[in-house]
Amino acid sequence: MTPVVEFHEVSFRAGGCEILRRLSFEIHAGETLALLGRSGSGKTTALRMVNALVTPTSGEVRVEGRATTAWPPRELRRRIGYVIQETGLFPHFTVRANIGLVPRLAGWDPARIEARSRELLQALELRPDDFLDRYPAQLSGGQQQRVGVARALAADPDLLLFDEPFGKLDPVTRAEAQRQFLRVTRALGKTALFVTHDLREALLVADRIGLMHEGVLAWIGPAGDFLGAEHAEARRFRQSLDPADA
Amino acid sequence: MLDELFTLVLEHLAMVAMATLTATLCGVSGGILLTRRAGWRPALLGFAGVMQTVPSLALFGFLIPLCGIGRGTAVVALVLYALLPVMRNTLAGILSVDAAVRESALAMGMSEWQILREVELPLAARTILAGVRVATVTTIGTATIAAAIGAGGLGVFIFRGIASVDTGQILLGAVPAAAMALIADAILGWFERRWATPAPTRT
Ligand SMILES: Nc1ncnc2c1ncn2[C@@H]1O[C@H](COP(=O)(O)OP(=O)(O)OP(=O)(O)O)[C@@H](O)[C@H]1O
Ligand SMILES: [Mg+2]
Repeated sequence: MTPVVEFHEVSFRAGGCEILRRLSFEIHAGETLALLGRSGSGKTTALRMVNALVTPTSGEVRVEGRATTAWPPRELRRRIGYVIQETGLFPHFTVRANIGLVPRLAGWDPARIEARSRELLQALELRPDDFLDRYPAQLSGGQQQRVGVARALAADPDLLLFDEPFGKLDPVTRAEAQRQFLRVTRALGKTALFVTHDLREALLVADRIGLMHEGVLAWIGPAGDFLGAEHAEARRFRQSLDPADA
Repeated sequence: MLDELFTLVLEHLAMVAMATLTATLCGVSGGILLTRRAGWRPALLGFAGVMQTVPSLALFGFLIPLCGIGRGTAVVALVLYALLPVMRNTLAGILSVDAAVRESALAMGMSEWQILREVELPLAARTILAGVRVATVTTIGTATIAAAIGAGGLGVFIFRGIASVDTGQILLGAVPAAAMALIADAILGWFERRWATPAPTRT
């Protein structure tokens, strides 16, 4: 079976710097791959190539076997759910309108959109009657992020891109959000690329982990093998789990 | 006298309405264009800036050889005058839309046109309206000078009053013009504040 996402020798240069170097990996149907790496290692740049917000300088990214450059961009983007690091909710839209946006663009009828929005908020533990009519400015940072997740899931895309979706959550809510993420991806068989700089989170949500270091994919393998990985950057990440152990 | 006042007020209003509507249309379109063509910004903003710097009487004068004398010329001059605040505010308003908001709109598969109509313009509306308000108030004032090139309006009283050293006549032109500017400012200001709180959109 063709992988859902393929990176083939992907490089990216901007402003005279090589930001990604010869990235190659695949994400298979139903799998969650975590891209783990420090700040500035190139995770967001790689992720944004999947929905053609960034075009590789050389090499090719394929989605469902087709190069991102060969997809009509809007068609590609509408089948991918994207949760961005800064949430990017529309400040002039209510929660209802934010979540309902992609279904509306896809031509769903209003009753179905309403039912879907309620179902998603419920699943993310935000009471629909309390939240549907609020504006993003009237939500806490963590609530905004969850609405961002609901918006990405709204039209039920098969492929999900998550860029630090739970960065603003407190540890308890964060753990809950991670469990909800697992429930959604596992139960519905979603394929996901999950960017994080938190090894604990990567170990929890991902089937496989790709470790990014200075624009290079330093290591990739099953999440369970990461604890034994030989790479120096992998060792540093392991030490981050338990600083006393350094 | 009252009859004439009434006629001149109407003339003034018509001139101002025509000029500000045209300036708003051109300024907003120009501003939108500039958000997409960064390279054109110095040229277009520079042009509009120069237009605004030329003393109004001189601008009217320059246009006479091109457009002749009368109301048409006056409106052209007033449009050139009012263009800058509208265009500059449209550009600034759209550029101030959060990059993450634009990015997520794009990532959700919205077209450039949808992003403009549903995201950028609503979010920039307040700033654009502030530009329109400035343009309108300025135009009401500047339009009094249009009488000098035979365009009519409240300036007729003012120029006649100056020529005959008749303060009453001057005030008869100046007071209604000032009142008109204050009223326009209040009305447009009210719209601006209304847009300060985001309006619900359809789902
Ligand atoms: N368009 C661009 N032009 C120049 N440099 C860029 C561009 N986009 C990204 N970079 C640089 O590329 C590097 C990787 O950026 P990226 O956003 O992918 O990092 P990241 O791994 O997502 O980091 P973080 O965890 O902080 O979000 C950074 O050094 C960034 O400054
Ligand atoms: Mg990032």
